[in-house]
Amino acid sequence: MEIKKSANVGEWLDQRLGTTMLAKVLMTEYWIPKNINFLWAFGVVLMTLFALLVISGMFLLMYYKPDTALAFNSVNYTIMQEVAYGWLFRHIHAVAASVVFLVIYIHMLTGIYYGSYKSGREMIWISGMLLFVTFSAEGFSGYMLPWGQMSYWAAQVITNLFGAIPFIGPDLVIWIRGDYVVSDATLTRFFALHVFILPLIIMGIIGLHFYSLRIPHVNNQEGEEVDFEAEARKYKAGEKKKAKVIPFWPVFLSKDIFVLSVFLVFFFYLVFFHYGFAMDPINFIPADSMKTPPHIYPEWYFLWSYEVLRGFFFSADLGLIAFGIANVIFFLMPWLDRDPAVKPAAKRPYFFIWFWVLIVDLIGLTIWGKLPPTGVNAYIGFVFSILFLALFIILPMISKAERNGGAK
Amino acid sequence: MAGCDCNRRGFIKGAGAALGVTAAAGAGLTAYAMKKTWDPLPSVVAAGKVIVDVSGMEEGQLSLVEYRGKPVFILKKTGDMPSNEKRDVVVEGNRYTVVIGICTHLGCIPAYLPGESMFKCACHGGEFDSSGVNTFGPPPKPMVIPEFKIEGGKIVLGEEGPEYKKLMAMA
Repeated sequence: MEIKKSANVGEWLDQRLGTTMLAKVLMTEYWIPKNINFLWAFGVVLMTLFALLVISGMFLLMYYKPDTALAFNSVNYTIMQEVAYGWLFRHIHAVAASVVFLVIYIHMLTGIYYGSYKSGREMIWISGMLLFVTFSAEGFSGYMLPWGQMSYWAAQVITNLFGAIPFIGPDLVIWIRGDYVVSDATLTRFFALHVFILPLIIMGIIGLHFYSLRIPHVNNQEGEEVDFEAEARKYKAGEKKKAKVIPFWPVFLSKDIFVLSVFLVFFFYLVFFHYGFAMDPINFIPADSMKTPPHIYPEWYFLWSYEVLRGFFFSADLGLIAFGIANVIFFLMPWLDRDPAVKPAAKRPYFFIWFWVLIVDLIGLTIWGKLPPTGVNAYIGFVFSILFLALFIILPMISKAERNGGAK
Repeated sequence: MAGCDCNRRGFIKGAGAALGVTAAAGAGLTAYAMKKTWDPLPSVVAAGKVIVDVSGMEEGQLSLVEYRGKPVFILKKTGDMPSNEKRDVVVEGNRYTVVIGICTHLGCIPAYLPGESMFKCACHGGEFDSSGVNTFGPPPKPMVIPEFKIEGGKIVLGEEGPEYKKLMAMA
């Protein structure tokens, strides 16, 4: 191709990078169905939260010291009291880390409700689940860094879980910690994971997640199969009202930005006036390996799986197996749901009940995950845990029944 | 010419295989080195061994030792305290209770009550006798005996001696 003298910077770049084509593929001719609602905006909300986490994290990184002797004060004194606006970046980071899981759960449950994980959209679901797992690891590794009592004991308890793996368990725990207990070696390696390795992996998977959307396209409220090429032709021919699609930019994003704006009002309200929920008071006591806090519990977003672990209060091994299953079972949604038709739960009578029972169960697990596991609470937790596993055992059966005509 | 092509192909295959093997070996060694970077450092391993001289202890005295980040209780038993063949550590004819001082219920550190010769956990009221065996409350099992070795009048925590193995075999 012959390079011509360009009239402006845009043309100059286009000749060298094909920016016009790139913008079409990624933005102006990336087609989104019209038949969607505000729940489809949560992907962009998540992207924004991730950006907020990265930016606030970079500023925290400039004063944070990954050393057991210095970490606590570098956060609670240097960043919080000395650094100008250090409190702001910490509160943004803490609140975003908590709220990002709320939005991830909404995003996931939207996918489940509308059946957006099947018929060609499996890779969207799997890459999304990989993001959930890596975000969980990122949340856990970051929680260790302030080196408070909850940081320390959460790390102790979670790394201990690996000890239950047959044969290699006890050695694996020491290997993960780099010491017989959670210590300086553990802090520095989790620091490396939190600020570089995991964010890098997350960015890679976000790329994969977006890419996986490009071929099967975004699902819609009715699960309608849209002929994107034909609809795009209509749109480009000027029949914008008749076309069932809109371009990602500027049309779809303009709606997204509205939802995002509403969300950010809520988010910054939390950052400025209600950040306390994201900062456990026990974590303002420096880590002490000789003193265990009376109740150790994870942040709210891990409570449901923590309760599945504790629910089997009579057997630590069964609890661990159930916990392991709870953490991977959602990966299998595309195969556990035996009905290939993409339909919202509202049009699937059995699945509709299944979905809302799942929601109630997850909320129940979350509430009981925070309560001390004594007396009747232990039994209630057990019932919720069994129900969680049972839901995934019956899902193939009820979805098969619906495929065979049970749903009309 | 065919033979020449064949040799070229053979050469490329050979070179490809050599490259593949070398790269795989390099990747394997790198993974091994990466794994080893996370192993406990020599200084950490050395600090994981604690030597306690118990020869000077008084009967009924409790000493608290930090071992691998955990508290270890060493109690020199008096004649009044019942002996426990499955748990007592015998050093130069004297009986000692050597346990990791962590409640087996939820990991709190129990306190020793000398008047009653027992350990009581403040968190949920669990009680252990002078041998570290759970006698009341939620703890599901006795306090854990750490790996130890006896060297004269000293107890070495962090190494498995014959006395430790004998206790474990009886447990």
